[in-house]
Amino acid sequence: MLKGRMIQGCRAIAEAVTLCRPVVISAYPITPQTLIVEELASMVAEGELKAEFINVEGEHSAASLVLGSSATGVRVFTATSSQGLLYMGEVVFNIAGMRLPVVMVNANRSVSAPLNIWNDQQDSMSMRDSGWLQLYAENNQEACDLIMQAYRIAEDHRVMLPVMVCVDGFVLPHAFEVVDLPSQKDADAFLPPYQPLYKLDPDNPYTMGAFAEPDKYMETRYMIERTMEASIPIIEEIASEFKRAFGRPSGGLFEKYRVDDASTMVVALGSMAGTIKDVVDELRNKGERVGVLRLITYRPFPKEALYEALKGAQNIVVMEKALSLGGSSPVATELRSVFHGRPASPRISGFVIGLGGRDVTVDDVKATIAKAQQQLTDMGFIGLRTDLELEGINA
Amino acid sequence: MKITLGAVTRPGGSRVNKTGAWRTAGKPHFLQKNCIGCDVCALSCPEGCIFGTGQKTYYANEDFCKGCGICANVCPVHDIEMIPEEAEDA
Amino acid sequence: MPELVKERDKYADHLLCSGHTACPGCGQSLAARLVVRAAGRNVIIVNSTGCLEIFTSKYPESAWEVPWLHSLFQNTAAVASGVEAALSALGRLEKVRVIAQGGDGSTFDIGFGAISGMFERGHDILYVCYDNEAYMNTGIQRSGSTPTYARTTTSPPGKVSLGNLRPKKDLPQIAAAHGIPYVAVASVGYPMDLDRKVRKALSIRGPKYVQIHVPCPLGWGTDPSRTIDYARLAVNTGLYPLYEVEDGVTKALRIPRRAPVEEYLKGQVRFRHLFEGAGRKEEIAEIQKVADRNIERYGLIAE
Repeated sequence: MLKGRMIQGCRAIAEAVTLCRPVVISAYPITPQTLIVEELASMVAEGELKAEFINVEGEHSAASLVLGSSATGVRVFTATSSQGLLYMGEVVFNIAGMRLPVVMVNANRSVSAPLNIWNDQQDSMSMRDSGWLQLYAENNQEACDLIMQAYRIAEDHRVMLPVMVCVDGFVLPHAFEVVDLPSQKDADAFLPPYQPLYKLDPDNPYTMGAFAEPDKYMETRYMIERTMEASIPIIEEIASEFKRAFGRPSGGLFEKYRVDDASTMVVALGSMAGTIKDVVDELRNKGERVGVLRLITYRPFPKEALYEALKGAQNIVVMEKALSLGGSSPVATELRSVFHGRPASPRISGFVIGLGGRDVTVDDVKATIAKAQQQLTDMGFIGLRTDLELEGINA
Repeated sequence: MKITLGAVTRPGGSRVNKTGAWRTAGKPHFLQKNCIGCDVCALSCPEGCIFGTGQKTYYANEDFCKGCGICANVCPVHDIEMIPEEAEDA
Repeated sequence: MPELVKERDKYADHLLCSGHTACPGCGQSLAARLVVRAAGRNVIIVNSTGCLEIFTSKYPESAWEVPWLHSLFQNTAAVASGVEAALSALGRLEKVRVIAQGGDGSTFDIGFGAISGMFERGHDILYVCYDNEAYMNTGIQRSGSTPTYARTTTSPPGKVSLGNLRPKKDLPQIAAAHGIPYVAVASVGYPMDLDRKVRKALSIRGPKYVQIHVPCPLGWGTDPSRTIDYARLAVNTGLYPLYEVEDGVTKALRIPRRAPVEEYLKGQVRFRHLFEGAGRKEEIAEIQKVADRNIERYGLIAE
């Protein structure tokens, strides 16, 4: 019997954010994030959320505004998608460089051109170099849980880096699911008030955002890199603490589903893992040793843990809703690096699926697994239509 | 030297940078003859390195003076002259 | 040297202190020092990328004695909005004032959207624009504030061009059109007036805009010792009218000593091409017309 109530994802996310007591919220509407900010506005208007809620003139300003508030020492929140995330791109990098613990929800959506408002993960993947931690939710329960954990991780003095919680656009915010949210009291026990290391305050002035010459800049990036690596055990620590506090496993580096004796392991992020788990069950019933590893923490990329979890496989099938045009698919590429030069060397195949909101079906997943088992694939496209003529492309 | 998170700095550290070393052409010489203590020279110095507390007490701190000459130019009673760098201050 | 004076030489008063790396004679460095002097210690300053930011914040040296943040080039008004929102939530906005500042580049052009948003939302922030009429920090390129016929590296005069052909964007009027409580135009040539306007602005709640004309000896090609002179000439020709708009009512400063535009233009390398050979009389007359229009529009000459 599921604990909780049937609630729309955007409302659940807004309530989870409210439980975290942000002081300043600023966002700019973009489909499919809009419902989240509308719910937050509604909660502020009803007095359920005591925060400064500021409608700005664009995403670049939304991110900039929360940067300013965070630098002044308060907890903040913003949300965006797709073009909005790209538009605020320079601010995203800036926030990480300034080591401000901003938490953002990104409702994953494809990128223009052409314009497409539906779900894929190209947007957040484009920010993987930014210095933000990235956590991917499978369902709305986990989205809410990850938001609470995100503030703990970001504000931990051993981290002090911003965190992006990624939820598949439309699939999660718009869907109705049963979500269990803690009481404010329990949330407060898990997430204490924010204690900044440095803040703008005339009583104790600092200069923030200085410019660093070549003889100093490189060290600042090195510091972020080392911190990212050091945050891996911290992420696990906080996930364990969450489980103890609220009685359910949520977050962490990844979720292993029937991988222990699997010879074929699928790796994926986000909601499509749900479909993949169904396929895994079906194939297992037929006697195939298949499993799925759902990656939750994509940044930092948990290299050692992934190696340990996947080293027993013969075939690794990476399915992604993103690609690096002209290169390869992000997760597959990074996973290959993890195994490079190590004793275990499974065949790692990468596949691109579900771009622009195209459905990821059970048949698609089966076809992908079968393809990977037959033939090592660098980057295959699953589910492309065969009935269309594509100008400039020979079939 | 420690690199802080986000390269955050404490205030006022620029004073280690003795910009007086920039001067080549000349430096201000305060005649202390006509000075009426109007404070305009101190107000107009981009470096903020001119000090004084009344008539005929003004001087420029040569550690920071870049020799721009604004003070000499704005003094309403022409009590500041730009003199060569090598010259001794009277 | 009287010992009494040396005592005072402890830089205690300077909230923008010496040791910054501005060019000798930099109008902006003087104006910025005067602004923070008028503002006092209970401020938080948000600064855009530009000369002022660069010459005051080379890690780990900082010339700022007050809390100060630099983020990016175009987002100063938005970042300041965030600082203000946080202070408001913390109940500290009564005592701690927020100043957003930048050059004409970040204000007139790339940050235009953000500043409009800040005005429209009514944040309690003073926005100060140091107007030296080009992107100086990146090497003197043209901005929306560059006056007609000025030489910049991206609007150079040549065989088929007379320099920047576009008129100067009228940002103070655009600010006033937002209906904000206080807009002022000041000049580093008149420091006491600048000081008065900044103090006045900070005494008002809501969005304020103060634009300060600051000569750039390097970019304009003027003698560094004459920075104040050129700032005053700009005002005295009528090219840079000093006025305030308070709740929609405009009050302008009468010109102290009227000068023809030639007197202002001829000492500046950026206008030198107008004086070469026979001189560009028509173009200078056009500039004079701009000055005359300002004089008429704002009532800069006593009847």
